[in-house]
Amino acid sequence: MATAETLGVLQDGAVSRASARTGALWRYSRRNPSIIVGLGLMVILVVFWALGTLLTNPEDADVDSFVPPNHRPSLSNPHPCYSSENPRTLCFSYDDEPRRHLLGVDRLGKDILASFSLGIPQTLMVGFIAAFIGTTVGTVLAFVAGYYGGVIDATIRFIVDTLQTIPGLLILIILTLAWREISGGQAMTLIQLSLVIALLAWLGPTRVIRSQVLVLKQRSYVELARLSGMSGPEVIVREMMPNLMPFIVANFVLAVSSAILASVGLEVLGLGDFSSNTLGMMIYHNIWYGSLINGWWWWWAPPIVVIVVLFLGLFMVSRGMDEWANPRLRRRV
Amino acid sequence: MTIDYLARRIGMFVAVVLVATSVNFFLPRLSGQDPIATRLESLAAEGVTTRQEDYAALVATYNEKLGLNRPLIVQYLSYLGQLARFDLGTSIAQFPQTVREIISAAMPWSIGLMLTSTLITFALGTLGGALLAWQYGPRAAFEIIFPPFFLLAAVPYFLLGLLLIWLFAFELRLLPLLGAYEPTSLPDWTDIGFILEVLRHALLPALSIILASMGFWALGMRSMMITMQGEDYMLQSEAKGLTRTRIFFRYALRNAILPQTTALALTLPHVVSGAVLVERVFSYPGIGLTLYEAIAGSDFAVIQGLVFVIVLAIAVAMLIIDVIYPFLDPRISYSQA
Repeated sequence: MATAETLGVLQDGAVSRASARTGALWRYSRRNPSIIVGLGLMVILVVFWALGTLLTNPEDADVDSFVPPNHRPSLSNPHPCYSSENPRTLCFSYDDEPRRHLLGVDRLGKDILASFSLGIPQTLMVGFIAAFIGTTVGTVLAFVAGYYGGVIDATIRFIVDTLQTIPGLLILIILTLAWREISGGQAMTLIQLSLVIALLAWLGPTRVIRSQVLVLKQRSYVELARLSGMSGPEVIVREMMPNLMPFIVANFVLAVSSAILASVGLEVLGLGDFSSNTLGMMIYHNIWYGSLINGWWWWWAPPIVVIVVLFLGLFMVSRGMDEWANPRLRRRV
Repeated sequence: MTIDYLARRIGMFVAVVLVATSVNFFLPRLSGQDPIATRLESLAAEGVTTRQEDYAALVATYNEKLGLNRPLIVQYLSYLGQLARFDLGTSIAQFPQTVREIISAAMPWSIGLMLTSTLITFALGTLGGALLAWQYGPRAAFEIIFPPFFLLAAVPYFLLGLLLIWLFAFELRLLPLLGAYEPTSLPDWTDIGFILEVLRHALLPALSIILASMGFWALGMRSMMITMQGEDYMLQSEAKGLTRTRIFFRYALRNAILPQTTALALTLPHVVSGAVLVERVFSYPGIGLTLYEAIAGSDFAVIQGLVFVIVLAIAVAMLIIDVIYPFLDPRISYSQA
C-alpha cells in the first residue's frame, strides 16, 4: 500500500506536459466520444485479425484448386464433398484432415478468414507508409512555406494548388501504369504501391498545416521567441511544432484513410498487387467474378464490412482529434 | 484590377492544363514500352497471328500510321497542336476509332450522372446542414435523420454502390443491375419509354454518390451556420422584426453558403475520382468505365485523352466558380482575391 501511495505521489509530482495533455484528451473524449468510438472500431478490427491469425494458417489463403471453391462458411462441416449429404461429389485434396472454413472459401479456393488475416495488415501497411511519408514531407513544406513566406511559399502553394486541381486517382493511374511499364510489365509490389501513393499524399497535409502555421505565426509567444533571437528552425521545432502536434497527428490519421482509399481505388481498377490479399484486391476479385449477382454473400460481404469499419474508425479518430486540437470546432455543451 | 485578377486566374488555368498534358504525354513514353507490340501480342494470344517476317512490317506500319516513330519533341509539339483542335488521336486497342469518338460517346453519360447527383447532393446537404444548426427549425427531426449520413460520408462511394446493387437489384429485384439502359434497346431520346429506362438505370449509381457525400456538405454547412448565428447582424435582424424565414434564407443561409461554394470547387476532383469507381462497379458506360477498359487494354491514347478531358473539365469548372465567386460574396473584390 505504502509503495503504491509513494508511487502515486511520485507520479503526481512528475506530471509531464505530455501526460497533462493525455489527461486533457481523456477528459475531452468523455464529452465527445468520437475518439473512443473510433478507437473501439480499430480494436474490433485488431481482434478480428488476431482471431483470424490464430484460427487459420497463411497457406489457407493460397489459391487452391483442390479445395472446392465457393462454399459457405461452416463451423463443423469441412468441404461439402466430405459431408454425408453429398456422397457422390468428387473431392480431391492433399489434406489428410479436412479443414474447417469459418468464413467460407472464395471462388479462387482461398479461405476467406485466412485472406483477411494476411490482408488487413497489408492494407494498413500501404496506408501507413504513404501517410507517414506524406505527412512528414507535408509538415516540413508547410512550416517552410508558412514560416518563411515569400517566393518559397508562393512556389509551394502554386504547386499544391495546381496538383490538387487534378483528380488524384487519375495521376495515380498514370503513375502506376508508367511504373508497371518501366519494370517490364510486372505488377507493383505493395511497397511500390505505397510509394506511388506517397507521391501525392503530401498535398493535403501541406495545404492544411500551412494555414495553421500562418495563424500560429501571429501569436505573441512566437513573436517573442523570434525577437529574443531564436533562429527560424529553432522557433519552428521548439515553439510551433509542439503546439501543432495534435493537429498534425489528426492529419496523419486522415492521410492514412485517404491513402487506403487511393490504394483500394487503384486495386479495384485492376492496378494492384495480384499476389497480395489486401481489402482492395478482395473487392476487385469480387467484382471480377460477379459474386454479387451470383449470391456469394460470404465472399463479398466481409470485405465491405471490414473496409467500412476501418474507414469509420479512422474517420472518427481523426475527427475527434481534430476537434480536440482545434477548440473552435468543439461541440457545444 | 479585375483584368489583373482574371489574367492571373487564367494563367493558373493554363498552367494546370499544361502540367497535366505534359505529365500525361511524357510518362507513358519515357517508360520505353511499345504499345503496338503489346496490342499485337494480345491479339496473338487471342489467336490472331501472322508470320514472323510480316510481324515487324506490321509494327512498322502501325508506328508510321500513329506517328510513333518520330522524335519525342516533335510528337509532343504535334500532340499540343492536336489538343488545341481537340484532336485526341486514334485508339490503339480499337484501331479505326478516334479517341474523340470514344470519349464523346462516354462523356454525356458521365456528365449526366455526376453533374446531376453532385448538384442534388450539394443542394440537399447544404439545406439539411443549415436546418440542422438553425435554432428555430425542426432540429430534433434532422438530428435523427442526419447522423447516418455523417457516417456514410466516411465510406467510399463504390462500396455503398455494391451494397445498393445487392439490396435493390439482386435481393429485391426492383432496379436494373448494371449499364445505362437495357442491352436490347436502341438509344432513342424521343421515346419516353427509353428516357424512363435510362432514369431507372441511373438511379442506383446516383443514389450511391448522393448518400455517400451528403453528410460532407451537411457537416460543413452546419458548422458555418452555428458561427453565423453568433453574429451581431443576426440579432439585429431579429430585433428589426423580420420573419424567421426571411432571416434564415436572406441572412443566415446567404452568408453561410459561401465557404460551401469554395468547397464545391475544391472537392470536384474527388467527386470525379469517386465517380470513376462507381461507374466501374455499375458498368455504367461513362468515362470511368472507358478509363477502366483502356487501362485493361493498355490503350495509352484513350487514357491520355480521358485524363486530358477530365482535367480540362475540372479546370474550367473551377475557373467558372472562382470568377463568379466575387458576385456571390460582395465582400470579396477581385483585387483582394
